[in-house]
Amino acid sequence: MELIEMKHITKIYPGTVALDGVDFSLKQGEILSLLGENGAGKTTLMKVLYGMTQPNSGEICYKGEPLRLRSPIDAINKGICMVHQHFMLVPAFSVTDNIVVGAEPHKGIFLDKAKAKREVQELIQQFHFNIDPDILVERLSVGEQQRVEILKALYRKADVIILDEPTAVLTPTEVEELFVILRQLRDSGKSIIIITHKLKETMELADRIVVLRDGRLVADDVRPAEVTTEQLSSLMVGRQVDLQIRRPAKNIGEVCLKVENLTVMDHGQAKVKNVSLEVHAGEILGVAGIEGNGQTQLLEALTGLCQPKSMALTLNGEPLSGACDVFIHHGVGHVPEDRLAMGLVKEMSIKDNLILGYHRQDRFCGKGGMMKQAAIDGYAEKLKEEFLIKTPSVNAPVSSLSGGNQQKVIIARVFSQSPKALIVAHPTRGVDIGAIEYIHQQLIDIRDSGAAILLVSADLDEVRTLSDRIVVLYEGQIVSESMPGELSEVELGLLMTGSKPAGKGETHA
Amino acid sequence: MKEKTMNIKRHNAKQAILTSVLAMVVSLVLGAILLAICGYSPIESYIAIFGSSLGTVKGFALSLSQATPLLFTGMAFAIAYRVRMINTGAEGQLYVGAMAAALVGAYVTGLPSVVHVPLCLLAAALAGGLVAGLVAFLKNRFGANEIILTLMLNEILILFTSYLANGPLKAEGSGVGQTNRIQESAQLFRLIPQTQLTIALLVGIALAVILQLVLNRTAFGYEIQITGYNLLAARTAGINAKRTYLLTFAISGAVAGLGGAAMSLGVNYRFVEGFSASYGFGGISVAALAAYSPVGVILSSFLIGVLKAGAITVNRTTDIPVEFVSVIQVLVIIFVAAPTLIRSLIALPKKLAGRGKQAEVKKEGANS
Repeated sequence: MELIEMKHITKIYPGTVALDGVDFSLKQGEILSLLGENGAGKTTLMKVLYGMTQPNSGEICYKGEPLRLRSPIDAINKGICMVHQHFMLVPAFSVTDNIVVGAEPHKGIFLDKAKAKREVQELIQQFHFNIDPDILVERLSVGEQQRVEILKALYRKADVIILDEPTAVLTPTEVEELFVILRQLRDSGKSIIIITHKLKETMELADRIVVLRDGRLVADDVRPAEVTTEQLSSLMVGRQVDLQIRRPAKNIGEVCLKVENLTVMDHGQAKVKNVSLEVHAGEILGVAGIEGNGQTQLLEALTGLCQPKSMALTLNGEPLSGACDVFIHHGVGHVPEDRLAMGLVKEMSIKDNLILGYHRQDRFCGKGGMMKQAAIDGYAEKLKEEFLIKTPSVNAPVSSLSGGNQQKVIIARVFSQSPKALIVAHPTRGVDIGAIEYIHQQLIDIRDSGAAILLVSADLDEVRTLSDRIVVLYEGQIVSESMPGELSEVELGLLMTGSKPAGKGETHA
Repeated sequence: MKEKTMNIKRHNAKQAILTSVLAMVVSLVLGAILLAICGYSPIESYIAIFGSSLGTVKGFALSLSQATPLLFTGMAFAIAYRVRMINTGAEGQLYVGAMAAALVGAYVTGLPSVVHVPLCLLAAALAGGLVAGLVAFLKNRFGANEIILTLMLNEILILFTSYLANGPLKAEGSGVGQTNRIQESAQLFRLIPQTQLTIALLVGIALAVILQLVLNRTAFGYEIQITGYNLLAARTAGINAKRTYLLTFAISGAVAGLGGAAMSLGVNYRFVEGFSASYGFGGISVAALAAYSPVGVILSSFLIGVLKAGAITVNRTTDIPVEFVSVIQVLVIIFVAAPTLIRSLIALPKKLAGRGKQAEVKKEGANS
């Protein structure tokens, strides 16, 4: 039976139609994957279902009754819960406190702690969640935190659980564990919607796939068994894409970036321990690892953002140290981890962002410190064309761009300075398939033109596809170095969690 | 979509102006209600206020001279805010600036006016700039909070200049705390004789234009904006944020100090204890009303100046208290600081219309 029916949902934001007459239905006891690129409307559709936004037209039926949602509270009361991509937990509270908060059992005005604990304990046992109800959330891994979020939904008697990009932050093992949990929930009669753009996971998990593109429904009854990932991706993008083709480096040169004895302390803890690595000109060195294993500190040390406890860094044989301006000036390009927090100033124009960090160069800035507006305009126009940044004007604020185009602004800014070395972090995080393809192409092109690239990415597929050599970072140390194809995805995944696959993965010194 | 993105910058500017104008209008309306509650006729009061401050040359000159110190302190707050520092210390910087200008004006002799006046201004700017620079230094070095530091420093500086004016530097034979009269060569040129309107106004306007150009057209201004909007992005781009903080805050203090000089050299002809009618804090509302644009401050300080001048004049003939203007100023801050409040006021008619529409849709839905 249809649990939820959304009919002809249309949502118009000023100047853009986010949803154009979309029909959507959900059956009881199914896992439905809502697939689409960024901006396809999948999040908007779910926001409508969760009461976070009101559609301009269309109606929702829930268990056969028309449903009007003014806010998420209405949705939660009806048993529709959402697990957001960014968890909404209080780190200093226990698991139990986090689960019951907002719906606490109480005796008079007092919180009934015993009852809360009992109820949470029962819930954990019922669904085999394997989590300690008394532990503080700050001590949990990301995967466990996600389970707390799911428990929160279950505690509120959710019948429908919407998960927004649930695997984006998980390790391969955690993904498997999540899938087990989700299947279990489905078998107990819950309905689950996952919002995703990852095809492989969709194929593995979903009972049914719904594809949105440009605010329209493209397909609403795809069975994973009946399609290939290629067919799915062309449904999603509207054309053929292949991200898995490797293009090995042709001309690897001398050592360009050489790092020795890198140790970074953070709050009295060594986050990077005595790491040494070399990146050759014309080579991409991929750093695989679960987030929080020292990647951030490694990136900060190699771009001048933090001063490491010890490091001997040479660029083409010349020692290099100092703050960011020194690194930038000497030709170390940086594509930062978090594009909006570190790479861009969202209130300022695309034009201004295209020269950020290079704005003191003579071609942009005259002797008296006056900016050369005409030169900057021309430069920005040129980069806009060259790097296919989709915008009507370079004077528009960078926040008006899609995630992919924002990333293109950073890529354009850094790559057009012909850097000797590049420190690239999560270059395609939260970016749609078309832009991923483009950014990967750019990375390979600049590699082949002789740049030494250090690539840190949480996306193991990306590391495996792009890298000419892969190291695994675990607890601040390099635990493995391998050539692409030498280790399987599973083997790399194991190394990332600190265990060693049988017979392989010894450190190549 | 295209049109939307293309005009966003202009759209934002429009939005800011709209917010400011509405804030002013709503404040005046609330002020009118307040006047009515206190037993004055709002319409007559406003006619009297605006008539006297805009209707006569003298009144207009009074408006402009009332606006002058606010122009400086408003710019001071605005420029610091662009790097997201809050300069609540304009009051103290105003006092040291006034003292420095008064001392150089009184004790340096034998200079022609064209040298003496700039020298006094320079002294004032230096004094204000150093005091503010110290605050920025402490923030950079020890992570001190500039709001608390400047507020505390205000007390120290106001009392210290008071001590000087009552103690070692007290004018001979004076009954109140004030320094010696400045030399004639240090007095600011009066734009209209017999008024307090001096060339300081023009200096302020020129400064506003220069500051705006610095912000929009120079690499330093670019760095101020980047640092203000996104500190981490600024650091990642190799911008020395501490240096930007220090310089911007010192400039802010210098501008406030110049405001003090305008009072010492143009109005009182000496440093007078307690001369400021809270100009330093008035600058905050002026800057907020101008959406922190230096050039915008020219307009917003004029507006407040008009109200003040009107209230002063009206106060002579009727018993409408001058403090009434402070009420308006505070209301303006509240509305500008809570833009959503104003925006929801703007959106109210639309929302009501929308609700009607939704009800219709619901009806249709029920029918089908």
